[in-house]
Amino acid sequence: MGMKKPEDVVLFKDNKRIDGRKPNEIRPIKIEAGVLYRADGSAYVEWGGNKILAAVYGPREALPKHIQDPRRAIVNARYNMAAFSVEDRKRPGPDRRSIEISKVISEALERVILTEQFPRAAIDVNIEVLDADAGTRCAGLTAAGVALADAGIPMRDIPVACAAGKVEGKVILDLCKEEDNYGEADMPVAIAPLTDEILLLQMDGHLTYDEFEKALDLAIKGCHIVSDMQKKALLKKYEEVLEVE
Amino acid sequence: MDEQPKIAIPSMIVGDAKIFRPGRGTFEKNGKIYSTRLGLISRQANFINIIPLSGVYDPIPGDTIIGVITEISPTNWLVDINAPYPAILHVNEVPWHVELGETSKYLKYADAILAKILLVDETKKILLTMKERGLHKLNGGQIIEIQPLKVPRVIGKKGTMISLIKKYTGCRIIVGQNGRIWIDGRIEGVEKATRAIRKIEAEAHTKGLTVRIEKLLKSRS
Repeated sequence: MGMKKPEDVVLFKDNKRIDGRKPNEIRPIKIEAGVLYRADGSAYVEWGGNKILAAVYGPREALPKHIQDPRRAIVNARYNMAAFSVEDRKRPGPDRRSIEISKVISEALERVILTEQFPRAAIDVNIEVLDADAGTRCAGLTAAGVALADAGIPMRDIPVACAAGKVEGKVILDLCKEEDNYGEADMPVAIAPLTDEILLLQMDGHLTYDEFEKALDLAIKGCHIVSDMQKKALLKKYEEVLEVE
Repeated sequence: MDEQPKIAIPSMIVGDAKIFRPGRGTFEKNGKIYSTRLGLISRQANFINIIPLSGVYDPIPGDTIIGVITEISPTNWLVDINAPYPAILHVNEVPWHVELGETSKYLKYADAILAKILLVDETKKILLTMKERGLHKLNGGQIIEIQPLKVPRVIGKKGTMISLIKKYTGCRIIVGQNGRIWIDGRIEGVEKATRAIRKIEAEAHTKGLTVRIEKLLKSRS
């Protein structure tokens, strides 16, 4: 959105998208749990062209002391894009966009973590985008979910996210870079897959009511596909641990 | 425990609420028991518990721990016990008679102590004591840190594993429940003990570990 589409770009033709996918098809995803030695929990996600590392530290003492909540733990997610993650160099450090994403991801994670078990503590989640290719906040939140489970933090559910959107009048799942730039709408959705409770929902662009309902349904379906992959990745790592002999 | 312990991950169904009752690390919803964390499923009586595989040290009253002094005030010390919260050691809970304001004469910053957890309240305020037999300040030696959840394996059944390491290395070893291990002895012995403990930590959930550790300890001696 926001970018003028060049004349020669065809986003949707013969029920196929620009990268050859069907409208309800997700990009290839690879998830690995426990990749960092120093972190309490970590995960690496490759989602299409996205490459994302998530690390969890804590629960640990929240400092400075005035940010402590005597009744529950606070969740600090920090979303950061590496300078080399996009085509033109990104100026390092937090900007308006990454501060917003950090905030919405923190709030989504707070909804599933049993924060009451760790009063006055802090749980830090660092999400590092090494390579960006549309849908980084979804991939980041998905990685954060796996990293939190890997860190042994008690949760109601493993959070998962997936985007839906619209290009050339058609509602599609999991937008890629071109679709994100020249499409009509992009809507990231995060859910708790057990209850389908919505943890995060944002939208850029315009959808009609009908299209919104359709996109939301599609995004939730996508979330369930990714959720299965998350669980498989976690089980794989810990079954390997048990099999060492 | 079952022969083949099964792994649970958050939000996984681990049992039926009609037959079992939700224990540690689980919650009940719509007649099903779900896991809240990553761990091994275990059944005790009719409770389903999750034995965690990862996570930080959760202090429990009665645990013997190794702490490090981080702050000194006129009537108490603040101790880092490797938990999300600092612990308080009051002057009344040490084996010495301490005059007001003379706390730093007995325990200084960065001193290591062997202490017991006296109390943990609902706001996670932790109180320590050193007044029991065998609790003391740790002089000399070195401290290594392992994952707190692997401590039972380092000690072994009835202390078999730790006595094995002590026997072959000739070191004095104290294991704190919070994952800190104090080792003192000759350099070669300390190095060997550290290597053995690291191996136990890495392979904590496998079978026949005692045999392999004994082999490691016997070799290159």
